[in-house]
Amino acid sequence: MNLLEVEHLEVNYGGIHAVKGIDLHIAPGELVALIGSNGAGKTTTLKTLAGLLHPSGGQIQYDGKSLNDVAAHRRVALGIALVPEGRGVFARLTVAENLLMGAYSRNDRHEITTDLERMYALFPRLAERRDQLAGTLSGGEQQMVAMARALMSRPRLLMLDEPSMGLAPLMVQKIFATIRDIAALGMSILLVEQNARLALQAANRGYVMESGAITLSGASGELLGSDAVQHAYLGR
Amino acid sequence: MKFNSKPKSLLVALAIALLLLPFVTDALLGRGWVRIADFAMLYIMLALGLNIVVGLAGLLDLGYIAFFAVGAYCYALTGSPHLALAFPSLLPSGVHLPFWIVLPLAALVAGGFGVLLGAPTLRLRGDYLAIVTLGFGEIIRIFLNNLNAPLNLTNGPQGISRIDPIKVADVSLNTSQEIFGIALPSVHLYFYLFLAFTALVIFISQRLEKSRIGRAWMAIREDEVAASAMGINTRNLKLLAFAMGAMFGGISGTLFAGFQGFVSPESFSLIESIMVLCMVVLGGMGNIAGVILGGVLLALLPEILRHGVVPLQQALFGKTIVDPESLRMLLFGGALIAMMLYRPAGLWPSRVRRRELDTDEAT
Repeated sequence: MNLLEVEHLEVNYGGIHAVKGIDLHIAPGELVALIGSNGAGKTTTLKTLAGLLHPSGGQIQYDGKSLNDVAAHRRVALGIALVPEGRGVFARLTVAENLLMGAYSRNDRHEITTDLERMYALFPRLAERRDQLAGTLSGGEQQMVAMARALMSRPRLLMLDEPSMGLAPLMVQKIFATIRDIAALGMSILLVEQNARLALQAANRGYVMESGAITLSGASGELLGSDAVQHAYLGR
Repeated sequence: MKFNSKPKSLLVALAIALLLLPFVTDALLGRGWVRIADFAMLYIMLALGLNIVVGLAGLLDLGYIAFFAVGAYCYALTGSPHLALAFPSLLPSGVHLPFWIVLPLAALVAGGFGVLLGAPTLRLRGDYLAIVTLGFGEIIRIFLNNLNAPLNLTNGPQGISRIDPIKVADVSLNTSQEIFGIALPSVHLYFYLFLAFTALVIFISQRLEKSRIGRAWMAIREDEVAASAMGINTRNLKLLAFAMGAMFGGISGTLFAGFQGFVSPESFSLIESIMVLCMVVLGGMGNIAGVILGGVLLALLPEILRHGVVPLQQALFGKTIVDPESLRMLLFGGALIAMMLYRPAGLWPSRVRRRELDTDEAT
């Protein structure tokens, strides 16, 4: 059974019909990429899955149950975590406080402390800077904070919105290596990216979104090799 | 300010100093200054309440004085002969509920008004929220000003007088008392009462700041979308911030009405809201010690000017050239501009803000 099953999802956002009846699914442990150009509706889709926007039509099934009427703050407890576009770190809180906010929906204090140490092991840079204000970190480090913070909720489905945005090439490589590591642990990941090649290289499967609709989907290798993707997104 | 991390002896010394303060002030400066100190504590309570809304949750509120007004009128109506005017046959002598019954009720009513303001403004931030809250503060004041007809509920601009004094264990605080042979005038008694309330408000503020709720408020302040993606119910927590802040304001207002014995709408004008906001900003937004410092300074500054400017001019020029009232606003504005230029994080910034500025300089 799929962890996430989206059927005919429609979203209106800011007076625009931003998502026009898309279907997608994610199996447990899968890393799925959602690629497409600016304004294609990728972020809107992700925000709707996180509950920050409300669909005007269609169904979202998570773990066999409908998510349509579940408020955003309850979806976190169900295991859905979002790393928002532009990272959204809490600038005037320390790195450690940011990570603790990620565990807001949990109340197993002891486990939270262990998870915190695990995050520092996964991102040693953050361990060095745990008492520093998140707003004073570099873009790449902030992306690490945002990812670690999302992981602190112990998600089953991690959704990443443009993790490579505005980062130096070397940092992008690092972030993607970490995404692969997290996927290797068996977590389901939905990755939204403009950097189509990087995303498809990391993912098992991919969807291509264009002006609110999914135009192509398939295994990453196929998509990378397809003329349409090569032409539109890989600049060949 | 972390009281716990400081040595106990310092805390004891501070407590003794505060307990002696009314006597020292009375002896050195006169009784009028004890009264000013009483008012300063009402302002500190207001500033700490507003700090929850603005400093922690990041919701700019320009109408905060409305909650002070709600608290004050709650006690003015239920602790004075006034309602006899509106309902002569039903309440021939007005309503005289005990202060200690009205206080929690007034806090709840003020909290309710906080939710009333919060609910329609949940989607607003920054400038837009400021405009709506400013309007709300004015609406409350104008209501109080005009609710004397057709039914005289608030007595309009004349205000409500003859409010019952606050009683502690059957002892009226409006009359001098003698305890262990020490004469305690009324202003001293109110000083100790307000000191106790201020300490309580500080204690609650500190606990809130360190709590899960406090951290959630700060997360909302920093990034609301990310906060709700963390599983924070942003709607309820914003309403809670408005309600908690309003309750502090309501408590302060109730104390004000009992202390003053008289309330009128002119005490609750926009400039008062701005004054309280200035205390929060000047002292150091989000830092309890800073907010207290801001409250003390801004409550005392006008009085110092009032008592200092005229004698100074007399000494220099032999006559009063500038009226202290007009000079007050000038100096006040100048002080605020100087603050923003030289200490943008406030006089006593929070640990976090200070570090933020340090890092800026280091890079």
